[in-house]
Amino acid sequence: MSILISKDTRFIVQGITGREAINLTRENLDYGSKIVGGVTPGRAGRDVYGVPVYDCVRDIVKAHGAVDGSIVCVPPRFTQDAVFEALENEVKLIVVVTENVPRREVAQMVELAELRGARIIGPNCLGMISPDEAKMGGIGGPAANTRQAYTPGNIGVMSRSGGMTTEIASTLTNAGLGQSTAVSIGGDAIIGSSYAELMPLFEADPDTKAIAIYSEPGGRMEAELADWIRTNKSRLPVVAFMAGRFMDEMQGMRFGHAGTIVEGVEDTTAEKIKRMEAAGISVAERIEEIPELLRKRLAEVN
Amino acid sequence: MPGLFIDVKVDPEVAKDATLAAKLAEVCPVSIFKASERGLEIVESELDECVLCDLCLEVAPGKVEIVKLYEQK
Amino acid sequence: MRFYEYEAKALFARHGLPMGASRVVESAAAAREAFDAIGGPCVLKGQVLSGGRMKAGAVKFADTADEAAAHFDAIMPVEVKGQKSRSVLVESKSEIVQEYFAAVTWDGRAKRPVLVFSDMGGIDIEEVAETHPDHVSKTHFSSILPLSPRVAKEAIGATGVTGSDLNRLTPIIFELMQLFLRYDLTLAEINPIGKLADGRFIVLDGHIDLEAEARGIHKELLDELGIGDDETRQARPPTEFEIAGARVNAVDHRGVAGNVVEFDGNLGLVIGAGGGSLTLFDAVRKHGGKPANYCEIGGNPSVSKARELTKLILGKPGVERIAVMMNVVSNTRVDIVARGVVSGCIESGKDPAEAIAIFRIPGAWEDEGFKILEKYGVEYCDRSVSMYEAAGRAVAKMGAGS
Ligand code: SF4
Repeated sequence: MSILISKDTRFIVQGITGREAINLTRENLDYGSKIVGGVTPGRAGRDVYGVPVYDCVRDIVKAHGAVDGSIVCVPPRFTQDAVFEALENEVKLIVVVTENVPRREVAQMVELAELRGARIIGPNCLGMISPDEAKMGGIGGPAANTRQAYTPGNIGVMSRSGGMTTEIASTLTNAGLGQSTAVSIGGDAIIGSSYAELMPLFEADPDTKAIAIYSEPGGRMEAELADWIRTNKSRLPVVAFMAGRFMDEMQGMRFGHAGTIVEGVEDTTAEKIKRMEAAGISVAERIEEIPELLRKRLAEVN
Repeated sequence: MPGLFIDVKVDPEVAKDATLAAKLAEVCPVSIFKASERGLEIVESELDECVLCDLCLEVAPGKVEIVKLYEQK
Repeated sequence: MRFYEYEAKALFARHGLPMGASRVVESAAAAREAFDAIGGPCVLKGQVLSGGRMKAGAVKFADTADEAAAHFDAIMPVEVKGQKSRSVLVESKSEIVQEYFAAVTWDGRAKRPVLVFSDMGGIDIEEVAETHPDHVSKTHFSSILPLSPRVAKEAIGATGVTGSDLNRLTPIIFELMQLFLRYDLTLAEINPIGKLADGRFIVLDGHIDLEAEARGIHKELLDELGIGDDETRQARPPTEFEIAGARVNAVDHRGVAGNVVEFDGNLGLVIGAGGGSLTLFDAVRKHGGKPANYCEIGGNPSVSKARELTKLILGKPGVERIAVMMNVVSNTRVDIVARGVVSGCIESGKDPAEAIAIFRIPGAWEDEGFKILEKYGVEYCDRSVSMYEAAGRAVAKMGAGS
């Protein structure tokens, strides 16, 4: 079992003829994902590694029936429109890869998604993977590299950093711990699905036994996660890795993702670590400590 | 002149084939091929940007060769 | 990206928000002239981006033109949290009977804009929220449904304000909400809004933050305000090196190779991506290394971008070597980065084997990438060496080499 995506998920790629999208399409197909079509306006009739290209989402749906998901991989100024297009064609799971989309546009996308009963992952993310089932997005890179980093198992992974999702999974795999699903949730200040919003899915997945997250300064997402764990008396032990400790001394400077800035005490790693530990989340100082901490916490549960 | 890492060799036949030239220019995501009235041109400054996607090999099988110079002694 | 007060007020003026007469001045003589033109008691405010101006002595009141000129000279050298004023705003001083607070910002948790209003303005809003919670209202509103003034009315009313005050405040607050969305702001604050003896309201001070990502969309406004592309408005002004870094990243739209921040160490860092850079910077420091810079590569930058970034960092005075490190990469390609850094070394007249202390980027296309590194004799490692260990190796090399 897994969350969000399985080998039966049928999805499309918006912006499929771009440099990054071409790459990601090949990698997803190689990994076994089902991509039914792609969109690039004005390029209907082409194909990318056998995936037919259409001018709009509507035409794909007409030709191939309803689709479950879409990867949006278009330049920032076209991103909102692409997401609206997917939502209005009843796509319920949208992975937004694009970086540098202004907050207002993201908030509007997310609000429309709520109205349409759809879920957005990202923006500024690499998507997600249920190892040996399917992946949706650039997560893990080429299929062979992806198999090296991700193996099926019982750890759910969530990360604000796309790259660190794979770094963590790779560390878990090396230590003999597989993953149920790994989600790169995106590093922007406003994202479609936060840690706390994905927790109920992992909680309901019988194959997920523990959670590993990557965390960094800025935002209130860790506080939200801590609250969720406490209110819902979560059965899942959580281990977090906290990066960007040097930023605590550098108020007002922006490093890393758009959401990463220390503006007040609540944004600092020191404060976040305190809050997470109070909610029973174990915090690792180095990535290589994660597997050991997970094993310890899993042993406590059993 | 080849790049530091990549060279692209094209069959002279293709260089004269306007349709194929146009196709190559369209598929290459990093604009290494340029279709002009004279046929096909290789944009040397972009050679090292080649992402090894093989799309050019697909549209012109056997007529384009991608050489990885770093594999040579 | 923060606006100076005078810029925020220029934006407010564009949209008809009521304010006292004011002028931005850059000399004592101009301050004197401004005082005469405004004609009456004035307040002089140093234009800095950091808060706490009053406490630091960068805000002064003048009853005569002479005083205004003297205050100008007194304000300019004052440092407010390490920053000096770039100019002084001379503004007519009005008799205020009560102060109010209004701000619109994003609530990342609710994913909606939130309007914060208080009838106890002029003081720290967080403090008011703690001591007088019934005098602060927080009202979320939709970013997608048509905006309506009733949100402002409800927010104001929730703090107990009623009568003509409610009706006069509502359009001001509603305008603030509109500005917030229209200009892609991340903060639109008026603090305080002053109530005059005759019952009118005016904006006394304002804070505007425009989202960096939206600068392109609002080029016209920024041009009008005279805010150039090189003004990053971070907590400190950018250095030459950082400006050069921004230029490298702007060369083409493929991926990121930039977000360069200058430090004063000897180990140049070519690191990524967003999260990986934070992790690696921590690791280098933990090992006692001295980074020359922070930067980010990610999103699969072009070879030329990676090359230019490498040249920039290697060319920084005091940099002895660079460490090229990332987390296990997915979309950024090992071979593309390897091509970029190797050619960057060569074009800088350096031997890649010497200049690169360590190359630790495992992941997408690593086999191709490692072939390139082999050929040029660069020390590299795969995912079996952790980011922390790789940083340690780079730091150790610096110790041995110097
Ligand atoms: S392999 Fe791809 S990137 Fe390289 S020349 Fe061919 S089409 Fe262009």
